[in-house]
Amino acid sequence: MAPKFQGVDFYDVDALLSEEERAVRDTVRAWVDDNVIPVIGEAYVAGHFPTQLVPGMAELGLFGANLPEEYGCAGLDNVAYGLIMQELERGDSGLRSFASVQGALVMYPIYTFGSEEQKKQWLPQMASGKVIGCFGLTEPDFGSNPSGMLTLARETKAGWVLNGAKMWITNGSTAHVAVVWAKTGAIDDPESIRGFLVPTNTKGFSAKDQKGKLSLRASDTSELVLQDVHVPTEALLPQSAGLKSPLLCLTQARYGIAWGAVGAAMACYDEAVSYAKNRLMFGKPIGGFQLQQARLAEMLTEITKAQLLCLQLGRLKDQGKATPQQVSLAKRNNVNMATEVARETRRLLGANGILAEYQAMRHLANLESVYTYEGTHDIHTLILGQEITGISAFG
Amino acid sequence: MKIAVCIKRVADSETRVKIGADGKSLDEAGVKFILNPYDEFAVEEALQRKEKAGAGEAVVIALGPPQAQETIRTALAMGADRGVLLQTDEVPADGLETAKVLAAELKDGGYDLILFGKMAIDDYNHQVGPMVAELLGLPCVTTVAHLEIAGDSGTAEREIEGGVEVVEFPLPAVLTIEKGLNEPRYPALKGIMAAKKKPLDVKPVTPGGGCGGGRGGGRVEVVARVPPPERKEGRIVGEGAAAVPELIRLLREEAKVL
Repeated sequence: MAPKFQGVDFYDVDALLSEEERAVRDTVRAWVDDNVIPVIGEAYVAGHFPTQLVPGMAELGLFGANLPEEYGCAGLDNVAYGLIMQELERGDSGLRSFASVQGALVMYPIYTFGSEEQKKQWLPQMASGKVIGCFGLTEPDFGSNPSGMLTLARETKAGWVLNGAKMWITNGSTAHVAVVWAKTGAIDDPESIRGFLVPTNTKGFSAKDQKGKLSLRASDTSELVLQDVHVPTEALLPQSAGLKSPLLCLTQARYGIAWGAVGAAMACYDEAVSYAKNRLMFGKPIGGFQLQQARLAEMLTEITKAQLLCLQLGRLKDQGKATPQQVSLAKRNNVNMATEVARETRRLLGANGILAEYQAMRHLANLESVYTYEGTHDIHTLILGQEITGISAFG
Repeated sequence: MKIAVCIKRVADSETRVKIGADGKSLDEAGVKFILNPYDEFAVEEALQRKEKAGAGEAVVIALGPPQAQETIRTALAMGADRGVLLQTDEVPADGLETAKVLAAELKDGGYDLILFGKMAIDDYNHQVGPMVAELLGLPCVTTVAHLEIAGDSGTAEREIEGGVEVVEFPLPAVLTIEKGLNEPRYPALKGIMAAKKKPLDVKPVTPGGGCGGGRGGGRVEVVARVPPPERKEGRIVGEGAAAVPELIRLLREEAKVL
């Protein structure tokens, strides 16, 4: 049996966590050790999401864990929520993506923009994993610029009719319900964008698995097509108003990604250290060579910085002070950092580094998606550029 | 069904422990402490028995320093109803002193079952459970690997050399639990949040009445702790089938395992 994961904590960051936060982290860590690590390599190569893990995640209470207990959620603070994301992504980015979408991109908008009836109908079922959700914002031709979306919602006597296509939708083929963002007004009016809760068995709704992925292989990524999809009036998320509503959801998800990336980096660093100590070359462990030591020192430094960044961001978020720009900085820095750590681990492992038996290349390939989704690295650069100078460099 | 589970805070066996400067204590810096893994099985068993009975109470009791409250809360997060910390700065090296303090707490509790892990992974003593049973005048079954309870009696299976021993006992009884009796649950997030609100009594105690030569009172004293010797480097005696005779000779004459 593989040794249990001990985390990376060079600066005694644990001392900055509350007892509950540590307990939450430890319980998810142990669960990932026992349930994810033994199966994830195979699921990745086979190219399927390990759906058998969903009931276990739900039982622990991982879905929408920072939403209130009255809706069947755990009511955790944002640091504990972040630690959950960290530990899940230590297992695999696909697993963390699943939880991010379920919690931050579906449960969160229902909680924030939904009516009391919608909250009561959907949130407890989603917390218990009985209902899986997906989030439809990105379109084939509109990724970084969602305001250009072509999906339309038109009011009818009985409700709404939706037409359009969405792409790169995590959980798309697995989901029972989709949060679909569509323009209710003119095609050039992003202020008319509103959210709709669309059961995926509604006539005219179809999802198609996106084939040929070399990244996030243990995750369901699908294309959604909505062709004259009729939904009742109650399908509208009443408080959603304009493009800022889906962007608010993305800020939630990006916050979790900033933590998740630290988990992926920790997994790689842990693997790199163990390999460097055990792999003998020229009669000594490769960890005894300066080049490998430089790699490891760089990894530990960057992970430690990213950890502290997340923690302070989480504390700010709990105080209601975190800005979307601060979240952008953390997502941008941490995902890039994790990608570098995964790449350097892959290289340190030599030829073994390309095998699915080790974690590094799987994490590396995953992180290339994470680098691009939820606001690409470049877009976050522009968000920060605008924040610094006051001048928008978009478009 | 009212069940007590006696638990212990121990150093995580996955962390690398260092001996303190005095040569006999544990250097606690950087060491993670956990609920003794055998006690996890005992807690799980108590929860399952209570759930099966549909009523009752699962109480966790620990002797230990103030930090053992966190260990108790781990068990509360799993689902136990309340906790009692018998607080002392030093856990006695003498198992009998620990047993006396626990027995005094358990005596008037009206418990149907008192469960322990079969041993603590820090001292490997296997002592406290049977000693508590003796002090309370209760039957004791150790290393329980399978358990049936019906009415006011129970049947336990113990894994013994080459087979299984089946033991019947009346309730109340003291049982020490072997790993594998059940699959301990993970403390769920709601459980972790609920644990904060469950009652946890802290009662200061003085094991051994403060006398005796041993650490924390009692007649047993730890005089030294020594890490295991460094493992010697392995050696390759040859390759393929040709190496077998030499390997057998070394296993027989040098390692003396054949």
